[in-house]
Amino acid sequence: MPRPVLFALALILAIGANAKAEDATYALVIKDHRFQPTEIEIPAGEKIALLVKNEDATPEEFESTELRREKVVPGGDQITVYIGPLKPGRYEFFGDFNPATARGHIVAK
Amino acid sequence: MPATAIIVFREVLEAALIVSIVLAASAGAPARNRWVAMGVGAGVIGAGLLALFAARIAAAVSGIGQELFNATILLLAVGMLGWHIIWMSRHGRELAASARAIGKAVTSGSRPLYVLAVVCGVAVLREGSETVLFLYGIAAGGGAGAVSLAAGGALGLAGGVATGAVLYFGLLRIPTQRLFVVTNWMVLLLAAGMAAQAAGFLVQADLLPPLGETVWDTSAVLTEDSIVGKALHTLIGYVSRPDGVQVLFYLATLSSIWLLAQWVGRTAQPPPKPAAQRPVAT
Repeated sequence: MPRPVLFALALILAIGANAKAEDATYALVIKDHRFQPTEIEIPAGEKIALLVKNEDATPEEFESTELRREKVVPGGDQITVYIGPLKPGRYEFFGDFNPATARGHIVAK
Repeated sequence: MPATAIIVFREVLEAALIVSIVLAASAGAPARNRWVAMGVGAGVIGAGLLALFAARIAAAVSGIGQELFNATILLLAVGMLGWHIIWMSRHGRELAASARAIGKAVTSGSRPLYVLAVVCGVAVLREGSETVLFLYGIAAGGGAGAVSLAAGGALGLAGGVATGAVLYFGLLRIPTQRLFVVTNWMVLLLAAGMAAQAAGFLVQADLLPPLGETVWDTSAVLTEDSIVGKALHTLIGYVSRPDGVQVLFYLATLSSIWLLAQWVGRTAQPPPKPAAQRPVAT
């Protein structure tokens, strides 16, 4: 019945098969509900992969309204989010489960 | 406790608004409550399971399991919402034919309510799993006492449900004849917003190109971090800085469901004419 859905998924997977994972990788660590470093500089106009490693035992959600990104990072685990290409500027991100302490910026130059 | 309550409220709000629209869109249908309750119940159970297997899902499909999962269930919900609108348009003549009563099929059991149950399930599943993870994090981290945690969670949940109830009872004030026109539009916008959200996840997983990053920026006026922004994000798919492909998904979903509903509505069999003796004017 939801044939359009199946079609859309097939299309996405077809496009996805062409995606390449050769983007520059930047690392971010979550420890004691804080991001380290709190500022990451990346080149503007380029897509990057951000590797977020959670060294806490509790889960966190890497989130950025400005970058439209949200991804759960289980405790003791790591995830990758793709970001950009970005226009030059400062983009805030935060840990949705500990927004009081877990905050940082990505600076595109 | 207040911080816990606010975060839980924000998560619950989205699911509550969606369930409210579904409840209003299926007003008057028998067994509707059972279907919606089944959807919500399955969503709650699924949310627990999802939280439990979060690490495995995140690691699946070379690290993009989470995005694929989110995009898939969102697109599933879009398909269900679209199916609902198209089904309603097929019976639109029945609705128009009688000014006093709602079309028979709309209130009879022939209406596919399972599609709405799935939508409720998806909404609760997505927001619920984040809530479970968040609460687990606080509990495991020992940052708050059990009482404070439970109180904050309950307060947030109550606030979210109350907001949904306000929307639901507000919608029910609309006369029955107009109600389904309104809910159909709300469901259509909901579907378009979900499609755009799914596109966002696929961009995040690098499966779709953004096709233009930040097509517009209205974050100075309203961000999705605010409660109003979050509610509008759920209801009409508001995004303050959308990717081009999100706008594309939004418009494509909106127009294709709308056109299909128009087409199906036009080709649908007209209902039997009322008997000649009955006065035409009502």
